[in-house]
Amino acid sequence: MQGMKKLGVGAFALFLSLSARADFTWNFPEPVTPMALDTLHVHNKFMLITAVIFVAVLAIMIYSIVTHRHSKGYKPVADKAPSTAVEIFWTLIPFAILLLIDFVIMGIPAYHSVVMMEDTRDQSTMVIKITGSQWRWQYEYLDGDAKGIKFVSNLATSNDQMHNEADKGEHYLLEVDNPLVLPVGEKVRILMTASDVLHNWWVPQFGSSRVAVPGFIRETWVQVEKAGVYRGQCKELCGKGHGYMPVVVNAVSKEEFAQWANKKQDEQKAANDVKEMTKDELVAQGKVVYEKNCAVCHQVTGAGLPPAFPALTGSKIATGPIFGADGKYQKDSHLDRVLNGKGVMPAWKATLNDTEIAAVITYERNALGNTAAVDALVQPAQVKAARE
Amino acid sequence: MSTTTVAHHDEHHDDHPTGIMRWLTTTNHKDIGTMYLTFSLVMFLVGGSMILGIRAELFKPGLQLMNPEFFNQLIGVHALIMIFAALMPAATGFANWMLPLQIGAPDMALPRLNNWGFWILPPSAILLTLPFTLALFGVGDGALATGWTFYPPLSVQGGIGVDFAIFAVHLLGISSVLGSINIIVTIYNMRAPGMTLMKMPMFAWGWLITAFLLIATIPVLAGAVTMLLTDRHFGTHFFDAAGGGDPIMFQHLFWFFGHPEVYILLLPVWGFIPQILQTFSRKPMYGYKAQVYSLWSIGALAVVVWAHHFFTAGMPVPALLYFMYSTMAISLPLAVLFYCWIRTMWKGSMSFETPMLFTVGWIILFGIGGLTGLVLADVAADAQYHNSYFVVAHFHYTLFAGGIMGIMAGVYYWLPKMTGHMYNEKLGKTHFWLTAISFNVTFIPQFFVGLAGMPRRIPDYALQFAEFNMISTVGAFVLGLSQLLFVYIILSCVKGGKKATDNVWEGAQGLEWTLPSPPPYHSFTEQPVVK
Repeated sequence: MQGMKKLGVGAFALFLSLSARADFTWNFPEPVTPMALDTLHVHNKFMLITAVIFVAVLAIMIYSIVTHRHSKGYKPVADKAPSTAVEIFWTLIPFAILLLIDFVIMGIPAYHSVVMMEDTRDQSTMVIKITGSQWRWQYEYLDGDAKGIKFVSNLATSNDQMHNEADKGEHYLLEVDNPLVLPVGEKVRILMTASDVLHNWWVPQFGSSRVAVPGFIRETWVQVEKAGVYRGQCKELCGKGHGYMPVVVNAVSKEEFAQWANKKQDEQKAANDVKEMTKDELVAQGKVVYEKNCAVCHQVTGAGLPPAFPALTGSKIATGPIFGADGKYQKDSHLDRVLNGKGVMPAWKATLNDTEIAAVITYERNALGNTAAVDALVQPAQVKAARE
Repeated sequence: MSTTTVAHHDEHHDDHPTGIMRWLTTTNHKDIGTMYLTFSLVMFLVGGSMILGIRAELFKPGLQLMNPEFFNQLIGVHALIMIFAALMPAATGFANWMLPLQIGAPDMALPRLNNWGFWILPPSAILLTLPFTLALFGVGDGALATGWTFYPPLSVQGGIGVDFAIFAVHLLGISSVLGSINIIVTIYNMRAPGMTLMKMPMFAWGWLITAFLLIATIPVLAGAVTMLLTDRHFGTHFFDAAGGGDPIMFQHLFWFFGHPEVYILLLPVWGFIPQILQTFSRKPMYGYKAQVYSLWSIGALAVVVWAHHFFTAGMPVPALLYFMYSTMAISLPLAVLFYCWIRTMWKGSMSFETPMLFTVGWIILFGIGGLTGLVLADVAADAQYHNSYFVVAHFHYTLFAGGIMGIMAGVYYWLPKMTGHMYNEKLGKTHFWLTAISFNVTFIPQFFVGLAGMPRRIPDYALQFAEFNMISTVGAFVLGLSQLLFVYIILSCVKGGKKATDNVWEGAQGLEWTLPSPPPYHSFTEQPVVK
C-alpha cells in the first residue's frame, strides 16, 4: 500500500512538471468581457469553498481511518442515530452549511449574474446575427457603421496539418479566413440561429455561450474590453466537422472598426456586382469556393463519401440540364440543389453571393471529371434571376 | 460457520436443466443475477475498449487512427453501452442476487418476467453495435454518431445507426421497466415476517426508489425517441421548426429521463455502500432513517431539475433561476448522506479489505464528483463549463467513481457469498490502487483542459491542450488494462480458492449472511423471521 502511495505521488509530480513548461492555463483563460470576469469570480469562489469542504472532510476521514482501526484494537462505539441534542446539532451542521452555500453565498451572486447574462438589450449599441452551419459560422452586421456586411468564416487550417503531413501552426484548428471584427467597449447584442443542426458559439475569454437553434433566434451579448484576437470553438456536437468550426474574433478600436467596415462594404459591393464572366474565370473562382465550402463532404476530387454524401463526379444533377424551355431553373436541378438544399445538403442562397454560386456550379460541371453536355455555364445574372 | 452446500443439493426442487438450456430457461433469481452481472462485465469491457480507441486518437493533436465520423460513433455508443449495458445491468444483477436474500424471500416475485427482462438485453446490445459491422460490409454509414443524447436535428440527419440505437433504447427500456416492476412487487410482497419497510436493508430502499424512477421516466425517453423515429421516417415535425416543432423540446424530454437516470445509476450503490461500511466498521450504519428520507428526497428532486443539462440552450430567466436553485437543493440530502456514511466509519473498528478500500475511495472520489456538480449548477459559470471537458471529468467522477467503483465494491463484498470462495485479497487490493490512481490520472487533467477551453466530442484539438490529453490517455490505458486484473480475480474466484464461511466478513449483518456460501439454489425454504 505504501508503495502504491509513492507511485501516486510520483505520478502527480510528473503531472506537475509536464504542465509547468507547457503553454496553457490552469484556470479559465484571461477574461475580457464583464460576463467572463463575473464567471471567473463565481468559479474561483466556488472552487475555494468546495476545496475547503473537501479538505476538511477528507481530513476527518483520514483521522478516522488512522485512528479507528481494527488492527489497533479500537473498540467500536454503538451509535446508530443522533439521539442527544448535541448529536442532532452536529447532524444538522452539514445540512446548514450547504444551505448557506447554495442559497446565500453562491445563490445571491448567481441571481445577479443570471440577470446580467440574460440582459442583452440594455445599453447595447450594435446588433449582429450569427448563423451556425455545418461547419462554418456566418456573421451579419444588422445596424450601425457596418450595416449590411455579411460574410462566412471558415477554418483556415490546412488538411495536411490535420493529417500530420505538415507541421502544425501556432493556432492549429483555431484559425479562420474571415474573423468576426468587433469594436472594443461596445455592448454587442448577438442574435444566434442555425441553418441545419444545433451549434454553440463559444469564446472562452468572453464567458458567454449560447446554442444556435435552427428556426429560432437565441440572444446573448458580448462587450470586449481589450483589443486582441480571441479564439474559441463550436461546442455542440454538430456532425463530422464539429471539431473544425472555430470562432475567431478580432477586437479593435472604434476607429479601426469604422475603417474596416468601410473597406468591407466597398468590397462587398464590388463582389455583388453581377457581370458577365468567361468559363475560365468561373471555373477558377469556382474551384476556390468549392474547396472552401463543398469539399468537406463531397471531397476535393468530387468522389463524395457515399452514402451520406454523394459523389459529384458523374452525378446526374451535376451533369443534367438546369434550365427548362422557359429559361427558368427546374426543380431538383443543379442550381435548385445549391440554392435551396435538400436533406443533409444545406441551402447556400443566404451564404454565397450570385457570382460564387454561378462559379461553383460551373466548376462542378466542368471539373471533377465532369463535362456537362447542357448548361455547361451558369452566369451570375442567371443566379440573380433564379433568386427572384 | 463453515457449513457446506452439499446437504442442500439433494433436495428435489433443486433440479434444473444443465448446459445452455439452464441459462435460457432459468427463472432462478441467482442464475438470472449471474447472467446480468456477466453481461454487464462483458459490456463494460466492450464500452471500455471503445473509449480506449478514443483516447488513443486524442493522445496527440492531428488525426492518427480514425476519421471524425467514426470518432463520433465511438463516443455515443461508448456512453450508451456503459450506461444501459454495463452500469444498469450490474445494479439489476445485484438486485436479483441479493434482494431476495436480504429480505428473506425464496426468489423474486415474478420469475418468468425476470427471465424475459434479462434476455431482451443481449439482442439490444447487438442492435446497438451491429451498424459498426454492417458498415464494414458497405451497409449504412456506421453507428449512432450524435453522442448518446440523440439531439435533433443532427439525429434526424443521421444514418441507419440512429434507427438501430432508437430500437436498442426501446428494448433496453422495456428490460429496465420489467426489472423495476419485479423489484417493486418483490419488495412489497416478499419480505420476511417482521421486516417492516423501515427495517429493510438500505439496498432494498435504494433499489425501490430506483425502480420508481425508472417506471416514471423510461416511458418519456421511449416517447421522445419514438417521436424522433417518426420525424426521421414518417414526416412528422416534432423537432423541426419548419413544421412548427422545436429541437429544444427533445432536450426537455430527453433530460426528463436523463437526469433521473443519473440517480437510477447511483441509488442502488448508495444502498449497499452503507452496508459495506457497517460491515467493515463493525458498527451499525449511522442514521438509517435520515438516509432513507434523504434517498426519497433525492428521488423526488431528480425529476424536477432536468433543464440544468442545457442552460445554454436558452430559456427564460425565471426558468434558469428555478432550475439552478432546485439543482443546488440536491446537495442538501447528499450532505446528509455523506455525513451518515462518514459517521458510520467514525469510532468504528475499521479494517480495510478490498470492498472497504473501494468504498472509502468511492466516498472521496464521488465527493469530488458531487462538489463539482454543485459548481455546475451555477448558471453563469455553467456557460463556461457546459460541453467542455470539465463536464466530462465531472460526470466520470460521478459515474465511474460513483457508479462503477461502487459496483466493484459490491462485487468484492458479495463475491465470496455468491461463489463460496474467497477472492485473492492481495490482487484485489492491487486492483483497487491501480484503478483509483489511474482513474485520477485520467480525469484530473480533463478538469483543467476543460477550464482552459477544450470542448468535448472533438476528434482533434488545438496545441495548448496537448500535454493534458497525453497524460489523460496514459491514465486511461492503465485504467483499462487494470480491469483485466478484475476479470482475472473474478474468474479465479469462481473457479476456486479458500472456502468462504457463511458470514464471510466478521462484521457482516443481514439475512444474506445467515445462508451458506454459496447459498442453495432456492434461497429460503423456510421463511426467516425478523424481530
